[in-house]
Amino acid sequence: MFALVANQKVVIDWPCFWVVLGGSFLPRGVYTVLLFKMQFMLLFSRQGKLRLQKWYVPLSDKEKKKITRELVQTVLARKPKMCSFLEWRDLKIVYKRYASLYFCCAIEDQDNELITLEIIHRYVELLDKYFGSVCELDIIFNFEKAYFILDEFLLGGEAQETSKKNVLKAIEQADLLQEDAKEAETPRSVLEEIGLT
Amino acid sequence: MSDVVEKTLTALPSLLSLDSHPGSAKLSSTSKLGNLIRGITELTSKHEEEKLIQHELLAIKEQVSSPNTTMMKELMVRSIYCEMLGYEASFSYIHAIKLAQQGTVLEKRVGYLAVSLFLNESHELLLLLVNTVLKDLQSTNLIEVCMALTVVSQMFPKDMIPAILPLVEEKLNHPKEIIRRKAVLALYKFYLIAPNQVQHIHNKFRKALCDKDPGVMTASLHIYLQMIQENPEAYKDLTPSFVTILKQVVGGKLPMDFNYHTVPAPWLQIQLLRILSLLGKNDQSTSEVMYEVLDESLQRAEMNHNITYAILYECVKCIYTIHPKSDLLEKAAKCIGNFVLSPKINLKYLGLKALTYVVQQDPKLALQHQMTIIECLDHPDLIIKRETLELLFRITNGQNVTVIVEKMLEFLCISEDDHTTIDLVGKVAELAEKYPLKYNEWFIETMNTVFSLGGDMMQPDIPNSFLKLLSEGFDSVEEDRKLRLFAVNSYIPLLRGEPGKLPQRFLQVISWVLGEYSHLREDLEPAEVLSLLAKLLDMKNSSSETKSWVLMAMTKLCKGGADASVTQEVSETYSSSLDTVLRQRAHELQYLSQDPELRARVLPRGSCGNFAFVSEALAAGAAPYKPPHQRQEELDQSKALSLEPYGLSLPISMSSCSITDRQSPTLLSMSSGLSGDTLKLDGIKRVWGREGYLAQREPVEEAAQVEVPSPIQSPGRQGEGDSLHSQTPTQTPTPEPEQEKQQLASSLFVGLASQSSVSLMGKSEPMPQRFRRKAKGQGLGSSFIANEQISSSLISPPSAVDNLLCNNLLDSNNASELAEQTSQLSQSLTTANGTCHAEAELTESDTKGCNPALRRDNCVVAAGPGPHNDPGRLTEVCLDSYLPAELSGLSHSEIAPLCANQSLNLSACHVQKEDSLILVVFIMNSSESAIQQIPAGEVTSYSVAVGQYSLTVKRPAVHVEVVGTVSYQLPAGTSQSLQFSYKVPLTSFIRPFVVSTEEYGTMWLSFSHDTKQNLTLINDNQEPLTATLNALKKKLQLHVVEVIGMEGIVACRLLQDLPCLMHCRVNAGWLAVWLRSPVPDLPDCLIYHCQRALQSL
Repeated sequence: MFALVANQKVVIDWPCFWVVLGGSFLPRGVYTVLLFKMQFMLLFSRQGKLRLQKWYVPLSDKEKKKITRELVQTVLARKPKMCSFLEWRDLKIVYKRYASLYFCCAIEDQDNELITLEIIHRYVELLDKYFGSVCELDIIFNFEKAYFILDEFLLGGEAQETSKKNVLKAIEQADLLQEDAKEAETPRSVLEEIGLT
Repeated sequence: MSDVVEKTLTALPSLLSLDSHPGSAKLSSTSKLGNLIRGITELTSKHEEEKLIQHELLAIKEQVSSPNTTMMKELMVRSIYCEMLGYEASFSYIHAIKLAQQGTVLEKRVGYLAVSLFLNESHELLLLLVNTVLKDLQSTNLIEVCMALTVVSQMFPKDMIPAILPLVEEKLNHPKEIIRRKAVLALYKFYLIAPNQVQHIHNKFRKALCDKDPGVMTASLHIYLQMIQENPEAYKDLTPSFVTILKQVVGGKLPMDFNYHTVPAPWLQIQLLRILSLLGKNDQSTSEVMYEVLDESLQRAEMNHNITYAILYECVKCIYTIHPKSDLLEKAAKCIGNFVLSPKINLKYLGLKALTYVVQQDPKLALQHQMTIIECLDHPDLIIKRETLELLFRITNGQNVTVIVEKMLEFLCISEDDHTTIDLVGKVAELAEKYPLKYNEWFIETMNTVFSLGGDMMQPDIPNSFLKLLSEGFDSVEEDRKLRLFAVNSYIPLLRGEPGKLPQRFLQVISWVLGEYSHLREDLEPAEVLSLLAKLLDMKNSSSETKSWVLMAMTKLCKGGADASVTQEVSETYSSSLDTVLRQRAHELQYLSQDPELRARVLPRGSCGNFAFVSEALAAGAAPYKPPHQRQEELDQSKALSLEPYGLSLPISMSSCSITDRQSPTLLSMSSGLSGDTLKLDGIKRVWGREGYLAQREPVEEAAQVEVPSPIQSPGRQGEGDSLHSQTPTQTPTPEPEQEKQQLASSLFVGLASQSSVSLMGKSEPMPQRFRRKAKGQGLGSSFIANEQISSSLISPPSAVDNLLCNNLLDSNNASELAEQTSQLSQSLTTANGTCHAEAELTESDTKGCNPALRRDNCVVAAGPGPHNDPGRLTEVCLDSYLPAELSGLSHSEIAPLCANQSLNLSACHVQKEDSLILVVFIMNSSESAIQQIPAGEVTSYSVAVGQYSLTVKRPAVHVEVVGTVSYQLPAGTSQSLQFSYKVPLTSFIRPFVVSTEEYGTMWLSFSHDTKQNLTLINDNQEPLTATLNALKKKLQLHVVEVIGMEGIVACRLLQDLPCLMHCRVNAGWLAVWLRSPVPDLPDCLIYHCQRALQSL
């Protein structure tokens, strides 16, 4: 098991004595401008409770909170027959309501709003397939699963895998392997306990 | 499908102690997360929730730090939940990283997820993840590799990319498609944050594009889309491949899994369509390759579902972006009709968006949908309204501008969003200024609304250009006077009313205008204006900037006499103000109001309009003024991406003109000459018509077209326009509201019908274009200018090389760097020291460096050994002996022949001294006769002259090339010259740099240019780090400062004293090297030599 080979302490990865010297390692990376990339995705309930958030652009926590608050308010205020698209700051918001849950994505202005709407729909399909007629409670209690599925479907704000079968296969494999790992792990800890390792 | 899921679910009894059976929520009552969630839902107040969560966080904190926690996974999930609710759980970040590092596969997954949710790219803790990722990438467990790649594609510290790049690259050949796909996406991420790092693997992207798995191929398109945006030319050869892929996709050749609601791989299709439109833009031959597949895409997408419309939209955009083909355009136009007329609001919106895009090419399309547009204008949903206004903005002309501006202002009054307000206010101001025929009350009133609505958020150049416009005036003095009077008249009631409600910017505009022009209104006493202005000073919310504008205005107005009391009072109040600017203004006011003569001299009436000095300076060759944001843009424009929605389709030269023509009319001709195309003005230009592309390559033709529509096109359009127009009157018996709409339609679309198309296209011809505001979206324009500048700077060095001794950068063409050349052994000519720096000073050195002194006047004529039979052999054998005595003890490079002609043979070598590098040039006269050098010196037949030059490097390059000219005179009197170039590796300029570890530490932090790379370690008997460092030390003359464990620091300097620091660390069998220096390019060049040095061992 590879996990066992790991060092037992946190290894500081880059120049040790620079830390002593007070060096700072904050990456100075500046983003190139992207044209078609999702900025973030939010899931929230009709009561305005956040259920899932995925940010594909680096933002401070304060900004994230502010954006979430503003958007939840704006989207909840919209009437059912209204357009699923919103202009918000310099972004486009694409949202859709499924039962009690709102799915809300922010994209760049020149992106295609309709395809984003279908991305949301595909994600809901995936959740539905995985949980078996998904409801809000599934997502509340198993939100980490919802994240795993999202990460398999969208990566870094771009559609990674659009085949439903492939996404579910990947999740299934990870789940199964987790299972193996768990089984394999048990004897070790027993051995460890009696001091045989 | 469902059985797959079922299998999964049955195999997962209780992971994470939560279980994922359908409807499992009710079952998880035992889990702590379940309890927490339930607890929260039962609470009634925010305060209670806060208390509960704080309690929860404390509990987590306690458990998480106890050494033998078995619940880590569960605890992590709970912290994620708390963070999602908006409570900070930063203590758990480090534990998330730990979990990802040390946990079992099971825990790792949650650890990685937590890391990706907690941290963002710039978080410093992310550095701690690098080792974990590195290890997992090497794992044989697919899931671990997948997890590592997933996290890498989401976030990875830019500086650490080199550490894992080889591993990710390797994964491109992995047998599993999921790994290959994730690796491609990880590389895409790297490409986005550090394009230089992945440059060398571009050919591997091609392999990914040809991958047999459609998923991997789709992933590679992300990279291609990005690269093609940056440089479409480089990928034109791939067009047929993309077309073939699209054909296969559209034809349903992909596996069924990729279908989405029976549409084959829509995401892939859209990606391809975007790529094709980038490739086909302004390129007829490339566009022709794709017509067929575009046609097919349009045909196939007949199903009535969102997804087909998404593809159609992309298709239409593509058709209108590439070189036009008439029947495709027709089909696309019809397609837009389906969108716009759809009852579904989302489709309608997208239809408007598409229409906005295409009306720039063909304004008449808007005409076909005029009634729909009118309806959308009154749509209850603001977003539809907003998009409609955007569309109207693009079809504005001199005749409909008032109606459109009115609609925009209406919208502004109801809009609450700041961003929209700023954007729209800018557009209204742009429209208002664009049509000078409208410079009247309407203009002033519109601008007043703009100022009061836009408030202090609007772009600062709006009030500036308004004032400029007002002050510079137009052709007619009378008109100018009237306009100014309108302005004054409109402001007085505003000030009499409630000026406290007006935004500061507006107040500033008002005070300036009143200061300058209130005298135009004869019935207005200056005293009254003064007291109105003084009232502004007393207002609480006036900013000090506004106050200083007001004081300036008062200074202009006061004439002494009756006004004196007001001004006196004001100046007294503010002459003791804490604000220095205000104090200054108050003193000015005080003195100038008491001295009318001085005032008349300082502030002559009407002086403000006098910008003559600007045009004089421009005429004298000064660079036109660029507003700060544009300067910034040009700096940022290296990628030349336009952010503005449809800016891409604007003709390039048009935007560049509108930038320059804003500065001064005199620049118009120049800028159009620059662009190599005709002057295209901002109005809607008909580029494409029913018959296809309206040719406009020849400037002459173009001009003709602007005046009169070409005879071939006009009949067709005329007829069509007529028929369209006649539709309106035929529907005569319409109810009242319908009629209103008709009326609105005719006023909105007035300029678009064929009769007026002449005036539409020619409309901007006679107007002075000086006040054009640069539209925010014209990023392309500025990038164009930026390119222009780059290219000119590229040109300049070679021309300088012609007559200068100049070092050229060998491996890159972006700059030349030379160094100083000093003569060491010159006979007496001190002028021989020619200096030429980088291109900035080229002009200067042009004059200085051209004098003969720079040439070979400073050689020593060495004692000739007498006639020699074989000059070739002489070079090889004997040149050594010509080395100056003081250099002969030092090691020198091999003496290399440079060039030769009938009479001269040039050779050179370089000698490394401790503090300098000496270039020794041997000039051998291989002819029978003596050669006269210019201006002095003689090389007798078969003898050798030796010149010495000390070289230093100003801007490092991998190799430094010295270019020189030898001018000489044959006895016959003809002067000749011989050019030579000599290449010196940068290593010759490197010297050890002796510093202490402390000094090193301080310097390290202060250096800004750095680079990182993994180098191979030398594995001989001794310790690899020491061995490698010693090898580098020997080869490159570096100084090893200190070695501690697996790390070592090394320092060197580039002559004379440009330091470069190097940090080395042994990491996974590689030597991770990090170089820093205050000199740009030095780290990069040095790393190249390090690599070479280690390879050659």
